[in-house]
Amino acid sequence: MNEPRVIALAGNPNVGKSTLFNGLTGMRQHTGNWPGKTVSAARGLCRTGGEPVYLVDIPGAYSLWAQSAEEEAALENVCFGGADAVLVVCAAASLERNLNLVYQIIEAKDKVAVCVNLLDEAEKQGIFVDLEALSRHLGVPVTGACARDGKGLKQALAVALGAINQPPHPRRALYPEPIERAAAQLEVLLPEEMRQWVQPRFAALRLLEGDGLFLRLLRQRVAIDASVMQAAEKARAELSLSRQGVSSLLVEGIYHAAEDACQKAVKTPAQPWDKALRADRLLTGFRGVPVMLLLLALVFYLTIRGANAPSEWLSRGFEALGTAADGLLQHLGASAFLRGLIVEGVLAALGKVISVMLPPMAIFFPLFTLLEDSGYLPRIAFTLDGLFERCRACGKQALTMCMGLGCNAVGVTGCRIIDSPRERLIAILTNSLMPCNGRFPLLITVAAVFFGGGGAASSALLLAGLIGLSAGMTLLLSRLLSATVLRGLPSAYTLELPPYRVPRIGQVIVRSVLDRTLFVLGRAAAVAAPAGLVIFLLSRVSVAGSTLLSYLTGFLDPLGRFMGLDGVILTGFLLGFPANEIVLPLILLAYGAEGGWNMPGDISSLGNILRAHGWTGLTALNVMLFSLFHFPCSTTLITVYKETKSGKWTLLALLLPLALGVILCALTNGIAIFF
Amino acid sequence: MRDLSTLPLGRSGRVLCLRAGEGMGRRLMDLGFTPGARASCVLAAPGDGMRAYRVRGAVIALRRREARTVILEGDNHE
Repeated sequence: MNEPRVIALAGNPNVGKSTLFNGLTGMRQHTGNWPGKTVSAARGLCRTGGEPVYLVDIPGAYSLWAQSAEEEAALENVCFGGADAVLVVCAAASLERNLNLVYQIIEAKDKVAVCVNLLDEAEKQGIFVDLEALSRHLGVPVTGACARDGKGLKQALAVALGAINQPPHPRRALYPEPIERAAAQLEVLLPEEMRQWVQPRFAALRLLEGDGLFLRLLRQRVAIDASVMQAAEKARAELSLSRQGVSSLLVEGIYHAAEDACQKAVKTPAQPWDKALRADRLLTGFRGVPVMLLLLALVFYLTIRGANAPSEWLSRGFEALGTAADGLLQHLGASAFLRGLIVEGVLAALGKVISVMLPPMAIFFPLFTLLEDSGYLPRIAFTLDGLFERCRACGKQALTMCMGLGCNAVGVTGCRIIDSPRERLIAILTNSLMPCNGRFPLLITVAAVFFGGGGAASSALLLAGLIGLSAGMTLLLSRLLSATVLRGLPSAYTLELPPYRVPRIGQVIVRSVLDRTLFVLGRAAAVAAPAGLVIFLLSRVSVAGSTLLSYLTGFLDPLGRFMGLDGVILTGFLLGFPANEIVLPLILLAYGAEGGWNMPGDISSLGNILRAHGWTGLTALNVMLFSLFHFPCSTTLITVYKETKSGKWTLLALLLPLALGVILCALTNGIAIFF
Repeated sequence: MRDLSTLPLGRSGRVLCLRAGEGMGRRLMDLGFTPGARASCVLAAPGDGMRAYRVRGAVIALRRREARTVILEGDNHE
């Protein structure tokens, strides 16, 4: 049997490549360019047609003239990925812009087919595409699709396979005569074996415009003589053009061809469709700010309210599991110490983390993905960019901050959407300043106990204020980093605002639960179990009459007092390093409260325990401040290391929020003592 | 001389040339801001924030600083 054919899917961002890929391969690869966007190419086997075919989902790119990590990956995959054919996916409503990439790819390759996706979206705007005319004009097979509804998937696969069996003769964009002549002269100097990768004219044109990345990739595979490079240099001099000058003429040439193609194949309404723009004016101007805050508030409200009951059920389930495990171990003859270690140590910690973490995440992430799927998220970046520009950061950081409210580890991974390395690092280092879901229970409980005088509303207002404080501190520290270790000016960036699309609720839930919730939960559970073990040992092993835990709290007490806290609270945060969820239960455990891991159900008895251990309003305020600003949890720190591959930046990600928290707490404490 | 950043909300103009550096200039061209292309300002963020332009069927947001590098033809705005 023959090896399966390989078809690469290329296209601009947000045109539905991944949707097409998922539809054909049945894989639930994450679509959407915002949070976990496609940075490496995903590969999947498709059995939809007669013969099995490998599909490669290439990261979205506006151009083969790469300007970001994704575009570099796209260039490498299209030109040197070794696919049998390239299927270029386009958005029908902005076909002219999409054709820029199509013309670049048919310049590089012969075996190319085009799939015009989102035809339904274009038709709503009065835009109609004549696929046959387009195919005649481009000289490659063209098919239409509405991939979100599963329409046109098989045809897309069929035209791509057709391009392998009957290589088309693409009609390429033509450039001014002197450029064509210079390219033809360079072409003959290129070695024959280059043809297995790209068309010689394509390579000659890239030489002429001095596309450094393409040439580097080419020279890794084919020996290019230094004399060829000199010839390119000389040809440019003869044209009296800079590299940028050549580049401009090439893009202009392509857009002339694209305009021509669209004139023949696309029917557009005289007046551009502006129903969506009217909605956008409401959602992005000054009026957009309150709408945005309300939407975020709604997401939190649903998360917090919706999570209460399932958390309770899970917690009870784990208790029952613990009792059963204890009985079983007893039956097997395990010692009391070993039973405690497993049931009260490992199982209790695991149960606590899962029951507190899973429900809010299983609600927050689908809601967030819903916003993402609808196309609203780039509008948040658009609206808030001015603030971030003043702090010399990138507007997309607003999105990574929102993700951080769900989970800082997800927020840190999400920073991949920021192209500038400097601004990406700023977003990574400051992400844990936004309180994640795991910190909400502590914040809400402490707020309710000490500041809940006016009922739920006042503690909700306080929580909103704390999130506002976090956002303010993020901006402040971003500006500070820009002036010190990450010095620099805001980098230029462009942001496409894709049309609003009705989210596909079923897919959203499956994807966000599989991709994010279980991923984060898995990591958290992996660290919670050993942490539970350590905590159990600390609280049970005694030296000279006192437990190790009491030595630790005693040691940390002076530092705690300095910050308006105490040694027990600091120990809680320290041992809560694996997961912020366990900080408050740990503090109660260390105070020797009844019931250990399980917090007292009603607020007033909790308040009495805390007040009995010397908590005042100031203590509560400082606990909340320190919960907002301390070291990131272990999962987040591991993620920072994975994303930055640098111990130095990981250390800074730990020290930055910690220093802020210590300073703020010492400050409020100092002020309180002074007055 | 008029540039994209001075284009009032709701108005459109035709691109004359670009004055951005190599990287950004090429990016703007790849997004469709080539000489002769029609661009209209469709959205404005609060304050001096980003503005979004419709060009070749897509909506692209730019900061003022980048919008200033896209020079528009004389006085034919509609």
